[in-house]
Amino acid sequence: MQRREFLLGMLIATVLIPLKALAAIWNKAAFESAQLDEASRQLAIDGEIPSDDIVIKAPMRAENGAVVQVEITSHIPNTEAVAIFVEKNPTPLIANYMFSHAVLPHIVTRIKMAETSDIKVVVKSGQRYFVQSARVEVLEGGCG
Amino acid sequence: MKANLIKMRTQNNGEFVEVKLLMQHPMETGRRKNEAGSLVDAHFIQLVTVTLNGNLVLEGQWGIGVAKDPYLSFALKNVNAGDLIEVTWHDNMGKSAQHRARVD
Repeated sequence: MQRREFLLGMLIATVLIPLKALAAIWNKAAFESAQLDEASRQLAIDGEIPSDDIVIKAPMRAENGAVVQVEITSHIPNTEAVAIFVEKNPTPLIANYMFSHAVLPHIVTRIKMAETSDIKVVVKSGQRYFVQSARVEVLEGGCG
Repeated sequence: MKANLIKMRTQNNGEFVEVKLLMQHPMETGRRKNEAGSLVDAHFIQLVTVTLNGNLVLEGQWGIGVAKDPYLSFALKNVNAGDLIEVTWHDNMGKSAQHRARVD
């Protein structure tokens, strides 16, 4: 979630990235963490403030956890980053999106869910972090 | 770099341009077993970048929890017809793909 990583991305975005350089950008510790709290900590998320200005559109029930479409809109001014977690997945951090001001803070993405769980979305704005959750009942797990 | 691994559609709504991406990728978690009963190696996209006229506007870092053949849509502000959008992904096996298109 750090600005430094985003800027690094800016430099290499249009060229082929050697695996070593990619490893330096990708937040391995956060993505490989089996605990949501630890993954959050690795993204430097701190003092989360619950906010209805984050809108999560996800199915209440998903037949197949292999593909669950999630639509996220942040009405929080100066949204810089949106992190998506699935609390009960083997590795809870799904994705972390970082925006420039050219992007409206609205994304649609498709994720895997191992079992019925909360989807947790954390929005970064300056040094503040806002949070919203949505529960999805999963009939058939999709993390195999 | 194979361009056909990324499909992009843009829709100009006047105030913003909606970009829809469909990427062809197995997104293997490393937890799935094949028919012989052995684990299939993790193989997943770790980084997706989008540039607008060469400037980075969106960076996505992904783990194994993004669904197979990833779909991503987002909306760009202050975009004009003819502007260049470029999408690149890189995966954990050193493979990458890139697609570029101009806004209608």
